[in-house]
Parts: sequence; C-alpha cells; structure tokens
Amino acid sequence: MRYMLLIYANEAAMAAAPTEKTYEISAAYGAYTEALKKSGAWLAGDRLKPTQTATTVRMANGKTNVLDGPYADTKEQLAGFYMIEAEDADAAIAWAARCPGASTGTIEVRPIWEMTEYPSQSV
Amino acid sequence: MDSRPEIARAAAEAAARQSYGKLVAYLAARTRDVAAAEDALADAFAAALERWPQAGVPDKPEAWLLAVARKRRVDAVRRRLTSEAARDHLRLIAEEMEARMVDEDLPDERLRLMFACAHPAIEAGVRAPLILQTVLGFDAPTIASAFLVSPATMSQRLVRAKTRIRETGIPFRVPERAELGERLGTVLEAIYAAFAEGWSDPAGTETRRRNLATEAIWLGRLMATLMPDEPEALGLLALMLFAEARRAARRNAAGDYVPLAEQDLALWDDTLIDEAETLLGRAAAKGVVGRYQLEAAVQSAHATRRLTGGTDWVAIKELYNALSVIAGSPVVSINRAVAIAEAEGASAGLDALDQLSGDKRLYDYQPYWAARAGLLARLGKVPQASEAYDRAIGLERDPAVRRFLQERRAELGRAEKY
Repeated sequence: MRYMLLIYANEAAMAAAPTEKTYEISAAYGAYTEALKKSGAWLAGDRLKPTQTATTVRMANGKTNVLDGPYADTKEQLAGFYMIEAEDADAAIAWAARCPGASTGTIEVRPIWEMTEYPSQSV
Repeated sequence: MDSRPEIARAAAEAAARQSYGKLVAYLAARTRDVAAAEDALADAFAAALERWPQAGVPDKPEAWLLAVARKRRVDAVRRRLTSEAARDHLRLIAEEMEARMVDEDLPDERLRLMFACAHPAIEAGVRAPLILQTVLGFDAPTIASAFLVSPATMSQRLVRAKTRIRETGIPFRVPERAELGERLGTVLEAIYAAFAEGWSDPAGTETRRRNLATEAIWLGRLMATLMPDEPEALGLLALMLFAEARRAARRNAAGDYVPLAEQDLALWDDTLIDEAETLLGRAAAKGVVGRYQLEAAVQSAHATRRLTGGTDWVAIKELYNALSVIAGSPVVSINRAVAIAEAEGASAGLDALDQLSGDKRLYDYQPYWAARAGLLARLGKVPQASEAYDRAIGLERDPAVRRFLQERRAELGRAEKY
C-alpha cells in the first residue's frame, strides 16, 4: 500500500537552530532517505520551502481568491513529505517513527486513496 | 525528579492495577469472557485510579473495587446501560465474590489469565498487549503508543483476541507438565516483548515507555513468585533486572548515548545486579538450561566488569553459540558476530556477519548495520563503513543514538583525510 508521511515542524524553531544542528538534521534526513530507497520503500519525497513562500487559492461565489500564506495558521507547519510503499499501516508507522522529523515535530501518516478503491460508478 | 507525591502516586496506581488484575482474572477464569469482566469493573477501576493516589490505598483494595462495581450494578440495571454479559459479571460480583471476600483473600488467578492471553491460538503479536491490558488494566491508546501501532488498530486487535478467547474456548489454566515448557515460553516471550518496547526509551523521557519496562519487570516478578521452580521464569526476571540496572548509565548528562563499553560503572545499580545474580544462580541450580538463562548469563558476564574491570568475550561468544543452537534468531546472530569480533578480531566478526547477509529481514534492521559499520570502521574500510553507518542512521528512531552514529561516521571521514 502507498502511504504519505506528512512532516510537520515548527518553522521558526528550525530557522533559529544553530548551523551545527541544521547540518546534523539534514544529514539524518539524507541517511533516512537512503534507507527508504535501499529497502525499496521510497516512492517520492521532498522538502518544502517555508510557509512564507506559500500562496493559497480558493474560488468562492465564482470569484478566485488568491492569498499570501499557508492554508492554516498552525503551531507546526507542513515542511515536507515522503510517499512510501509499505506492507501495512504498522510498517508505515515504523517508517514514520524513524523519520528525523518525528523527534523534532510530528509525522502524519495517511494511506493513499488508490483509484482501484473508488466506487465503480463514474461521473 | 523523584518527588515524594510522584512516588506515592505511582504506588497507589500500581496497587489499583494489582487489585484490578486480580479481579478481572477471577471473573474471567469463571466465565471466559474477558471483555465483560473488564466492562464490569471499568468504572470501579477508573474511580480507584482517580481516588487512591489522593486518598491513599484502602485497607482492602479488592473489596473497595467490588463495592464500587456493585454500586454500578444497581445503576446499570436501572439505566439498562451495560451489556448483558457485563451484567452477568456484576451479578457474579455481588453473589459470589463478595461472599468470598468476607474473611478470606481472593484466590490469585492471574497466572491462568496470562496463560490464556498467551495461548498459541492467539495471534503472537497481540499476546503482550493483551496481558498488559487484562492483568494491568492499561488502555489501548497507551499500549498502542508503546508498540508503535495506531490506537484504533490496537483496540481492534485486543477486541478480536478477547472474542477469540471466548468463542474458541481457550482454557484458563496452567498447562500440564508435558506441555508447560512451550506454553510457558509464549508467556515469557510476551512479557519480554513488553520489556523490550520499554527498554527502547533508554532516557526514560517518554513516561509510557519507561513504565512499560517497569510493568514488564513487575509481571516478571509475578511469574517468578507464582512459578518459583521454573528456571526460565527466574532467568527472564534476571535478564530484565540486569538490563534495568544499567538504565542510568545509557545516557550522559548531556543526554547523549553511551555504548555499553564506555558506560560509567558507578551508575550501574548494584542492588538490581545482585538480585539478578541470585536469581540466575537459583535458576542454574535447577539444571535445565534455556534461552532466558543464557541471555541473562551474557548480561552477568558484562556485569562482571564492575568487579574485574574487564569483559570475558570468549565466554560471551560461547554463550551466544549455545543461544544460536537453542533459540537462533537474527538478533542472536548479530550479537554472536560482535562477540566473535571482540574475542578473535574484527575480520572474524565481519565474516560471521557476512554469513547473515542473505537474510532479507536484516535490510531494515538497524543493529545489523550498526554492527557492520563498527567492524568495517575498525578494519579501515572507510567507504563501506560510511555506507553502513548511513543505513544504520536512516533506520534509527532514537535521536540520541542517531547522533552517536553520525559522530562515529564523521570520525571516519576525519581519519580518511589524514
């Protein structure tokens, strides 16, 4: 099954971290990504630029609304993601626990809603 | 950190769990319906967890719980809230249990309950969680976090297992001599699984995990008390106590990981080590060797360092040889390879590890890569060592251990430059 690991982190705290710490974390992410790849679990994954670069688009009453900033103003912000292949939810959670982001922020584990699981009637 | 109210609180909570487990075991052993037994006592247990830490543990804790549960029976009948099965259990409480409680202690059926929970017909992965829930009253979310499973999934598994106990007629009894060995093995394995989960939080920062190791030791003590003539029950308790004795030494003041070889011996808990040695001696006197006694003997060999200043790696290697014969597993093989490396040199150790490389299970297994990296580093094989370190770092979930491995990897790079 495919799972998304959504990495939430406190952007401000990350930005304020000493260079040494930043280096340690990115090296840990490098090793984590390699481990995912070597065990055949890695499908995709990337880091996102900070939320100040985010733009939010929404259409309301036929009018498109474009706003600066992220969708939700939260304590921790979406900072990156991995899409992985895992046997089951337990295996996906085990990978989430190994993600360096789990010790500095929060990892949300979400199964992908596969096309094959859609109800058969089409639009 | 260990403030007095905290200690009193923990003691009261332990007392509540102890009494609750006894009552659940007593009820379930009669009806085979674990879920209904828990249901019947749920409110009383919740009240005890809330009340006892403040007001103190009552003189007759079980009687206190029964009285509250009985009161609930009246409410339940009035409001028709409880399930039919739970109502039957509440009736049992009112009629049978209270009669017994008047002047004699309730018989301890927890051993029978544990054997039911660790029955071969119950899925292996849920046995330890089931024991933690039924004997100690932990809720599903707490157990789920400790075992890295989602709370909803853990609840489902626990419910399914309890239904299975009831539907398939799993017996609540201590097996006969002939089958005891194997069946006892599944109970001990479940307890050890709980301990291992708790052990993976060495700093003890995560209360849930630290508690799990403590609770597993408590269950181990219960087993050793209820089955004092079973060498493996004694062996498991010894093993857990040896490990627990080193807890404080596994991190330095800065919270960094300290490997066994570099630990400050003054931080080892001598009382626990002595207790473990005594247990191991008692077990050995029975003359039947087993997996847990051998593992405890390995720990004993490590503990000897506090007296002799050295470690007898040849003896440890022999113990792992014996372990791989009676209870071979990838973990044992890795530890054996590490012992060989210490006794005969890094390249002999690496050869032993290479023999495992066909095992697919090791691809995602951090200790394999960490051991490999360490031996490759000692042999000066820098590029291969750093690759193995990367694998180990990527698979590690404890930030302190990750930092430690990253430092070792960085040292490799430095050595290469000179």
